[in-house]
Order: sequence, then structure tokens, then C-alpha cells
Amino acid sequence: MTMIALAQLLIFTGLLLLLAWPLGLYMARVFSGERVLLTPLLKPVEQAAYRLMGIDPDQPQGWKSWSASLLVMSLVAIGFLFLLQMLQGWLPANPENLPPPAVHSAINVAVSFITNTNWQNYSGEVTYSYLTQMMGLGVLNFLSAALGIVVLIALIRAITAHGTGHLGNFWVDLVRCHLYVLLPLATLLALVLISQGVVQTFSPYTKVDTVIAHAPADLQTGHLETLPTQQTIPLGPAASQIAIKQLGTNGGGFFGTNSAHPLENPTALTNLLQTLAILLIPAALTFTFGRMSRNPGQGWLFLGVMLTFWFTAVAIVTATEQMGSPRLEVLGVDQIASSEQPGGNMEGKEARLGIGQSSLWAVSATVTSNGSVNSMHASYLPISTAVIMSGMQIGGPVFGAVGGGLQNLLLFTLLAVFLASLMVGRTPSFMGKPFGMAEIRLATLGILLPGAAVLLGITSSLLMPGLTDHMTNGGPRGFSELLYAYSSAGFTNGSAFAGLNADTPWFNLSLAMVMLIGRFAPMLAALAIAGYLAQKSATVDERNSVRTTTPLFALLLILTFIVIGGLGFLPAQIAGPILEAVLLAHPEAF
Amino acid sequence: MRLIIQRSLVFMALLILLTGVAYPLAITGMAQVLFPHQANGSIMEDQGHQIGAYHLGQAFAGPAYFWSRPSLTGDTPYDGLNSDASNLGPLEPGLIEEVQARIHALRGLEGQNPERPLPVDLVTASASGLDPHISRAAALYQAERVAMARNMPLETIHDLIETHAQGRWLGLFGERTVHVVSLNRALDHRYMGGVTGVSTP
Repeated sequence: MTMIALAQLLIFTGLLLLLAWPLGLYMARVFSGERVLLTPLLKPVEQAAYRLMGIDPDQPQGWKSWSASLLVMSLVAIGFLFLLQMLQGWLPANPENLPPPAVHSAINVAVSFITNTNWQNYSGEVTYSYLTQMMGLGVLNFLSAALGIVVLIALIRAITAHGTGHLGNFWVDLVRCHLYVLLPLATLLALVLISQGVVQTFSPYTKVDTVIAHAPADLQTGHLETLPTQQTIPLGPAASQIAIKQLGTNGGGFFGTNSAHPLENPTALTNLLQTLAILLIPAALTFTFGRMSRNPGQGWLFLGVMLTFWFTAVAIVTATEQMGSPRLEVLGVDQIASSEQPGGNMEGKEARLGIGQSSLWAVSATVTSNGSVNSMHASYLPISTAVIMSGMQIGGPVFGAVGGGLQNLLLFTLLAVFLASLMVGRTPSFMGKPFGMAEIRLATLGILLPGAAVLLGITSSLLMPGLTDHMTNGGPRGFSELLYAYSSAGFTNGSAFAGLNADTPWFNLSLAMVMLIGRFAPMLAALAIAGYLAQKSATVDERNSVRTTTPLFALLLILTFIVIGGLGFLPAQIAGPILEAVLLAHPEAF
Repeated sequence: MRLIIQRSLVFMALLILLTGVAYPLAITGMAQVLFPHQANGSIMEDQGHQIGAYHLGQAFAGPAYFWSRPSLTGDTPYDGLNSDASNLGPLEPGLIEEVQARIHALRGLEGQNPERPLPVDLVTASASGLDPHISRAAALYQAERVAMARNMPLETIHDLIETHAQGRWLGLFGERTVHVVSLNRALDHRYMGGVTGVSTP
């Protein structure tokens, strides 16, 4: 790892904390219904929304009503996005006259965007009309993020509730999340992105001449004749969608190559802001937790656990990528970093981003459920791909999805407390509330079901004839393409080893199923646990229970999710990236 | 349950209006007023010609131009509608063969010193296939060849590279690069100026 990459990482971490802290406290005020800076402006809109929906904002809901609202809302959104895709050929704002996609593809995309996965089997610029991108994909980018956040808020309320069983009002939280949190942040980010060169227009694609079209006549020799003298510039309302794609851990790109595309992420500044946006809300929610549960120490512990895993992963991937590929070194390629070049493994990476900024993004976007890319993970070195995939396979407790990440970390916390309490013979309790068999069963289900769905998906795909026809790479990396695809779906990430051609009925439908389980199993488990916890009062003296704010507990928590993720996926990782690492270092090994 | 369905439908409609219509329209409106050039693709114009979009790279060939990074955008390099990468892993024989072919092509150019090690970004494909930059090392690698092919002094070429080089943001974030499209356009300006004896504006 070069000095500059280390400096970038450290300063980035500082910036993240500086932004996350005030935002987290702000969100705590918003969801507690306190007055904030934007209240005078937004209160009338908020009230109008409640009137139209027929909501009494002071009426709380129990966990069953909450879950039903969540599921129905999600179904409505899936149906809407499916119909919008199928009808795009007849609807306006389609200047390129793009036809509707295949039905299985449309189902996959609809599920993908409501589950906050945003897995993409298509290239936006040649598949979706401006209308579909804006009114369909854009809207679900907001909604899926908000749903994740409000479920976490309900869980936090349950932890502090005094035996009432109330989790707050789903609709109120949903409205506030959009109005006070997501829309203002997205507006700010979108405008800065545009100022740097991210496009935002409804004009059709434009054709321009290239430099060689106006080259001096005597240089117009044979070399240039085969090159294009015109280039089509893809356009569209991209910035508004990219802003929310990053803030909401969605990650679905406007253009096919996502944030590697220079019109989606043109400069070092846009890259910095987008990387910050990927981690911002998940990090801020730990402060929201600390404030709302009146236990800031617990929030810091969660943040510390997340930062530790993330920082280590970024350091490993950066160092690995900086070493470059031994296979290119022997060809006389210079991969050594210097003041003149980034060096390292540059296949599938952009020159303006180099090794450090690509590796930082790759880890940040996979430990979160963001899944956007600014470099192609399929061309990373084996050790890096193992780390990147582990970031997903640990099950999303490290930043994770907005809301979903801390929610999953809380599920792991219950498990870790349970384990520790068994070891020392105490009553399992978290923040004074005792819990038992029912909560642990639910937490275990919520944690294990996504992983089980992933492994089942991979296994059934391996049984399919002609599977390798869909792969770009052979050998262990071909298997990794498959492992990556289902992990990405089951842990609602959405990034890909883009070599896998997954736009087939089998992949589209099986991945959609895995995404549904990966999203809703932990969410519903968390809501049911919230239901139990909200009915209890804090009766356990914390001096008699396992303390959950100590470094020792942080270590236990990290080990809990590494062991669970590791045990589930180690065999698959050995057949993929680990085997590949051996082959790269020792070509004669087998 | 009927109430929940009804509320979901109303909320969906409100959300479409707010985040699907009002939000992108407002952003587009502000963009077109505040940053019209950037919002419409940062199209570069020069002497009445459009010569490209600033953030998208272009393909160049022959000894007289600085080459961009290899691009895998379908059949045509730097095709704006086909942004794509190789997605090949480091063990894949296809990747090694392609890199070898690129090394061969670059070293085979007239005036290119075949002993010099090749900067990695010049022989590996970018993630987008539209990367407008190369590293400074990749530009310096090609400088002598371009100078020879255009019969221009090497110092002029080095000066032009410096003019079109970009530093890190705040000296910290991103990488130091050279913008290939504007560098090549500037070369052509100098060249035409030299040939016709008319200085370019």
C-alpha cells in the first residue's frame, strides 16, 4: 500500500465521521418528531401527505401491522415497476424508442430494486427509457432505502419501549425519511455531481465528431482510416438518480458500467463524494441509534466494529492490487507505483482513479449493500476477490444496507450476547431487556436464511447443463462468477463479476427469489424480535449481564459474524478465489 | 388490510410525483440553469468543430498520436453506446494474449524504443472502455515516437504533456493523469500551425 493510498484512506475515514455524526443526530431528531431546520418548509407537505393517506400520525402500530404495511408497500412497488417496464414502448420520455425488456428480466429488475439490491443484467443506456429510469428505477431507489431505514428505527424504538408493544407509525416514518433525509441529501449531492460533469438532461443522445475527423490531411494515413470519426454521447437525467443510488445503498447505475463510466463519475471529487455517500447513512445510523436509545456508547461500539472490519478489508485489497499481476510482470509491463503512474493491477480500472480509490470503493460498496462499481471486480486479483466476496457473505453487519446493516448487526449482537451469557451463566439481555428462545430462533433464521438461499441457488445452477456457456472466465474464476452472482443477490448487494451473462430466464428468476429471501427474511425477523422486545420492560440490572460496550464484546461480535459467514462460505471460497490464488502464485501446482 | 393496500397505493402515487417527477425535473431545471455545459455532456468545441465530449476518451492509432488506453466497447473502440470491460481474471489466457498483442503493437511503431518497460495502464483495458486519461508515465513513454513522427522537437511534446496533465484533487484524491483527447487536439494545432505557417488562435 503506497503512502498516498494510506493518506487517502485515513483522511477519507475522518471525513466520513465528520459527516456521519451530525447527520446521525439529525436523523434521530427527525424520527423522534422533533423540530429541525427544515421543519417550517416541509411540515405542510408532511401534513398534506398524512391527510391524503388518511393517517393519524400519533397512532402507533404493533409489529404485525408494521410488517403487513412493509410487505404490501413492497408488493405495490414491485407491481408498479414491472408494469412501467413492460409499457415503456408506449409511454413518453423514450427518445431512443427502446422496447420493453423480456418478462423474466422485468421481474428480476422489479424485485432487484425493491430489495435494495439493484442487481443489473442490462445496460441502462440501451435498455430503459428516461421515463423508466426516472419514474421507475429512481423512485424505487428512494423507497427501498427508506424502507430499510424505517425498519431499523422501529427496532430501535422496540429496544427502548416500556412494555407497550408499539413500534411507532410506519407511514409517518416513511414520509419523514423521504422528505427530511433522502430528498435534501440527494438534491445537494446531485448538484455537485452535475457541476463536475455528470449529465442531467432530457435531450436525446448526441453525436459529435472526434479529434481525428479534423486531423491534419497528411496525418490521415492508413492507421486512422479504421477509427470512428464520430462518437455517440449517451445522455439522460443521470445525476439525480446517481445521487440517490449512492446515498440509499442501491448501487444500480444509470449507465452500463456504473460509476466507472466517465459520465457517471467523471472526476476525483465525484469519486470522493460518491464513496462518502455510499457509507454515509449506514455510518450515521449508528449515531442515530446512540441518541434514540440514549446509549451513545453502544452506537460507538457498533461504528467501531464496522470501521475495523472495513478498514482492514480496504487495506488488504489495496495492498494486493498494488502488487499487480505476476503474469504481466514477466511480459515486461511496469506495474510499480511511482509519481508518474499508479501501477498495480490496472485491468478493469480507470486511470483517474488508480488502485487506491478503486480498492476503497470496491470494499465500501460490497460491505454495504450498495454494489455500485468504479472498477471491474471480475479483473481483481484472487486475494482481493476473496475479501470483496467475504464483505458480502458475512451477511451485511458492516455498514450493510441503509438501515439493514445496523439491523443485521443487532441480530448478530443478540447471538453474541446469547453465546457470551451461556458461557458465563447469565440471563441473556440487551440494554436491560431479557430475551430468550423466541428471539434467538428468529435472529438465527434471519441471519442464516439468506446464506442458505445463496448456496442453494449456486448448487442448483451447477446442475444446469451448458452453464459454462454463460461465463466469460474459465477455471476457478468461472466458478467465482457464479458464487459472486448469488452472494450479490442474497446479500442484496447488486455488484457483479460482470463476466456472467445472467440475463436468462433461469438466472433472472432464481436470483429474484434469492433476493426476496435475502431482503425480507432478516427484515421480518427483526420486526418480530422488535415486537417481542417492545412488550418487555428493561428489568435486568446491567451489572448482572454481559456488557455490550467493551472492546472484548466488540471482538466477540466481529468473530460471530466472521465465523458464521466463514463457515457457510469457506468451502465455496476454496473452490473459487483461494484455488485461484494458489494457481497464480504457483502455475505448476497441479 | 384493505386500509393498508389503500395507503400503499396513495403513498406510491405521492412518491412517484415527488421523487419520480418533481425531484428529477427540479434537478434538471437547476442543472440547465447553473451548469448547462456539464449537464449536457461537456461537449468540446474548437474552431467551430465539435471534437468530442470532455469526459469520454477517443481512439487513436499510428505513431503520430498519443494512444488512449485499450478499449473493449464492442466492435468499435471508444463506442459511447457500448461501455464495457474485459471482465477477465489475471489467470485467463485470453487476457495474457491480448496484453501481449498490445505490447507488440506499441513496440512495433516506428520511433518507439522497444527496450522501455511499458506502463501498465497503456496495455490494460479500462473499466468503462471510455477512459479519457492515461498516466503520465504512459504519455512520456510515447513522447519520443510522437515527436519523431511529427518532426517536432521533443521539448515541445513534453511541454504539451505538462499542459494537459492533471494533478490530484487537493493534491490528495485521485491520480495524476494526462488527458489524451485534448493533448492530441493540441498536437494537431501545433502541427497545422507549423505546416501552414499560420499561428493557431
